Amino acid sequence: MAMITDTPAAPPVQLGALRWIRRRMFATWFDGLITLLFGIGVAWALWQVLDWALVDTVLEAESGAACREVSGACWAVINARGRLILFGLYPYEEHWRSALACLAIILVAVCSCIPWFWKMSRLAILWVLGFSTFLALMYGGFLGLEVVTTEKWGGLSLTVLLFASALVFGMPLAICLALLRRSKLPVIRKVVGLFIDTIRSLPLLTLLFAAAVVVPFVVPDWAQGDKLMRVIIAFTIFFSAYQAEIIRAGLQAIPEGQEEAGAALGLHYFGVVFLILLPQAFRNALPATINQVVITFKETSIVTIIGFFEIMASANAAIGRGDWSGQFIEVYVFVGAIYFAFAFGLSRYGAYLEQRAKRADR
Amino acid sequence: MAHSAPKRINIKHWLIQGTFLVVVVGLVVSFTVIARDNLLSQGIATGFGFLERSTGWPINFALIEVSDRSSYARMLTAGLLNTVVVGLLGLFFATILGVVLALARISSNAVLNLIGTVYVEVFRNVPLILQAFFWYAVMTHLPRPREAISLGGLGYISNRGIMLPGLDFGLWDVVLLAAGLALLWGILRRLSLQGKLRPDLFWPSLLGVGFVLFLVLLLTGRTPDTALVSIPELKGLRFAGGFAIKPEFSALLIAITVFGAAYVGEIFRGGFLSVDVGKTEAAMALGLSPWQVNRLVRIPLAIRAVLPALSNQYIWLMKATTIGIAIGFPDYFMIVSTSINQSGQTMELLGLLMAGFLLINLSIGTVMNVINKRLAIKGREAD
Repeated sequence: MAMITDTPAAPPVQLGALRWIRRRMFATWFDGLITLLFGIGVAWALWQVLDWALVDTVLEAESGAACREVSGACWAVINARGRLILFGLYPYEEHWRSALACLAIILVAVCSCIPWFWKMSRLAILWVLGFSTFLALMYGGFLGLEVVTTEKWGGLSLTVLLFASALVFGMPLAICLALLRRSKLPVIRKVVGLFIDTIRSLPLLTLLFAAAVVVPFVVPDWAQGDKLMRVIIAFTIFFSAYQAEIIRAGLQAIPEGQEEAGAALGLHYFGVVFLILLPQAFRNALPATINQVVITFKETSIVTIIGFFEIMASANAAIGRGDWSGQFIEVYVFVGAIYFAFAFGLSRYGAYLEQRAKRADR
Repeated sequence: MAHSAPKRINIKHWLIQGTFLVVVVGLVVSFTVIARDNLLSQGIATGFGFLERSTGWPINFALIEVSDRSSYARMLTAGLLNTVVVGLLGLFFATILGVVLALARISSNAVLNLIGTVYVEVFRNVPLILQAFFWYAVMTHLPRPREAISLGGLGYISNRGIMLPGLDFGLWDVVLLAAGLALLWGILRRLSLQGKLRPDLFWPSLLGVGFVLFLVLLLTGRTPDTALVSIPELKGLRFAGGFAIKPEFSALLIAITVFGAAYVGEIFRGGFLSVDVGKTEAAMALGLSPWQVNRLVRIPLAIRAVLPALSNQYIWLMKATTIGIAIGFPDYFMIVSTSINQSGQTMELLGLLMAGFLLINLSIGTVMNVINKRLAIKGREAD
């Protein structure tokens, strides 16, 4: 939610440390009481967490039995099951391929955050390279690399694959849907509108479920593809339906004169759209887009339910069997930290982009 | 639309639209035909006749009585009810916690800011399903019934759930009580607006009459041979009597509350920040206490600003309850998917699934719209 204020913010006042503490913590006696009470609470909670995470812990152990002898965290479970969590069912000897593939996508994603790459052609080359590296490494079947079918793909690489494909294929689709929903032709406008609204009114899980279980019922055999592909398509459609509405809102905020001026200059429809409308629409829609991207990343975890072995499912597998089941907190904290790192990083990057757009406006 | 094109029949446009329509209709028809063929080859009759058949499988949590002999229709109703109840309770608690978080984040106190910010960043950036798994694991790792944590002998917390003293109070009693309270609220409100009831007597009289209604319902709606209040007791390896909150339910409720509060809190923070500083300063200048400023000026104005975003968020959280299936909570989606597995009536059940969520979304949208309208009109009157 971007807050738009007309008045420029007051210049930051440089306060000395003591005055800052006085103003922000002990302005009144009641304020002071709250500060002390909650301050002690926070300190106690922090102490408890650190005590659990760092003091009296087990870092290496053969089995979960050793964990029951200590009061602190048993990080040994991450040592013992970390590779299962990160790579899922991917063959043990081939884990390096999964890791490299994952790294390739992350690298490409980081690159596309750099303004130099913000050109259709550069982005296209970048992502074609990224995806082909990923698929080649994961699937194998050349240079003596063993073939690994998609049922065995799992862990972080699967999470990253789902996320990256939803974004990369979903964004162009979203642009198409947004433009079609604004079409002058009533039939197209209404059908696309109905499509978008239907997708948006359904929980993601039902779409994924339909893709995994129902599509084989309604599509001829030759068009079914494998389950992973169908789920990626469903995920892409889900993202694009939401993103289309975000782009549409961005388009609506552009004054009508812009479009008319473009047409008056003799630009073709696509010229107006790609040179005038979309750049502005994306800038208007930036906060909402980043929000949607972060949500999409977290929602990849839902494919666990329909039987994919991405990082959430592999985390459950790590504590589900064997004698590590008591160490669920350690495992969930580990996986939660991975999700947090990605999601928090993305939203920080979004904040940076907003700042950048604001500076450009000035 | 940006263009106001001249109104003349454009053959090209009609051709494009015609082709588009033919493709869409063709796709839908071919899906239906293939689906029918597939179902027929499996010997499954299409239509909604299966709703009358009994399911043959039980579920572990329902607000209406269901068993493995219940019909599909009843089972689906139970699932829809589960979704609605866990969703509404989640929204309720998430809103309260969210407002508290928002107030903490915008307060002038640095410690409260810190708590609010850390909470929002941590719980918003971790997937809901991970949080649900976590709370479920916490619930199932509680002590066994024999070593249950006692709540003063009246209730117990164990890995089988939270046991509380139960009242002999059925679903219909709850519905009647809610309807009665709503009616009472309307009457009292009208009276106080007409000046026939002192405003400070509004809440006491509502609560008083409501309590009497509650007692009447409790005493009249008694099931024969059951105690008015049943206290859970350990019998062998499980608890008997009382009111049980299953671990699946509490885990999902906690997850939705904790996760939803982070989002709702951010929406309210935006709302509070959009309240004109001059208005809060004016309220303070009138000598209102900080709490009164919040209650009478800031919160009402903020609610108006956040309603559209909030109703989107509510719909979204309601849809998110479907992840309950991951921890075994029998919500509407879980019942539908189990029904599909068991009966094979894929298309019909998918239709019901969509209809169910459409109903929920529309209801939330309608209620929020009504609230929005009422608040807006009130605002105009106040001007």
